[in-house]
Amino acid sequence: MGMACESQFHVLAVDDSLIDRKLIERLLKTSSYQVTTVDSGSKALEFLGLRDNDQTDPNTPSVSPHSNQEVDVNLVITDYCMPGMTGYDLLKKIKESSSLRNIPVVIMSSENVPSRISKCLEEGAEEFFLKPVKPDDLNKLRPHMMKTQKLRDQAQKRDEKIETPEIQLAPQSLVEQQHQQSVQIVNTNKRKTVEEGLSLETDRTRTRYNGIATMV
Amino acid sequence: MLGLGADRLWADMNRLLAFLFHQGVLDEQFLQLQQLQDESSPNFVSEVVNIYFHESEKLLRNLRSLLMDRELLDYKKMGIHVNQLMGSSSSIGANRVRNVCVAFRAATDQNNRAGCLRALEMLEHEYCYLKNKLHELFQIEQERALAAGVRYPLQN
Repeated sequence: MGMACESQFHVLAVDDSLIDRKLIERLLKTSSYQVTTVDSGSKALEFLGLRDNDQTDPNTPSVSPHSNQEVDVNLVITDYCMPGMTGYDLLKKIKESSSLRNIPVVIMSSENVPSRISKCLEEGAEEFFLKPVKPDDLNKLRPHMMKTQKLRDQAQKRDEKIETPEIQLAPQSLVEQQHQQSVQIVNTNKRKTVEEGLSLETDRTRTRYNGIATMV
Repeated sequence: MLGLGADRLWADMNRLLAFLFHQGVLDEQFLQLQQLQDESSPNFVSEVVNIYFHESEKLLRNLRSLLMDRELLDYKKMGIHVNQLMGSSSSIGANRVRNVCVAFRAATDQNNRAGCLRALEMLEHEYCYLKNKLHELFQIEQERALAAGVRYPLQN
């Protein structure tokens, strides 16, 4: 059986603040995720196996044995404001990497800066959380990880040349259902930032939240 | 009978917490911290708060020495320290300390030396008050746990 929700999802949390690392680690663990915390963007890239020339290092522990294109991290959640490499820089590097770009990335920030939020979403961040992060915020993570897990499973099956089309039906509707729910929850939470005058009118956002109404 | 002492201490603890919330010393984020504490992580709140104390005192010392510089004031560096303190205060629910940090940061943005000095004085005061109150809270909690017959590792 290849149901994604049976195995634990692994989240990589990046934050230069020790207190915030402790907090996010605890939050993630109470949601039953496996957690790794690092204190910088460069350490995060190191953990993900990305070398300077954008080639994955097959010897890093996080690279899955199935393919040296894939890593064992299901989501990266990173602080925005960090010395050296910011969360935005890290996001860019992940999305520019052919091996890592499918990993969902979430940005956290203590400051509600609309231009910052839209910049991150445009670059491919799945969510933008205002700090301090709440347990409710974490509920939005699972759909993103399940979607990637499903893609990964499909790619794996293609690689192994196994065809099991009937299995995909159930996980698909589950993901879509949760995606619907998560989109509604995100919409409500985004209202917090939207009310500050942000207008999230990027093509990316529009295609993702297709069909959901008012983004004022 | 163990119950009575523990109950009274429980009431004391809640009364102190209610007072601190009412005064705006703590906000709901502190409640979040408490909710993250359970059997698998029984000392979570005190662990995080002790890290906060340790880091904050370092930051406050740095800010004090930066402001004592008779020559050039490094407002940018002060701003960085204040931001760190602001973030960690927000993360543990230290509401009043966080608010003073906001005022402090405004003063650094304006290169306002007098404003920075005033803000630092206020910050040191608020931090001191918070630390005393949280120590009091942990003290009551320890006594309550002892009275209820639960074993608690003693913090300083």
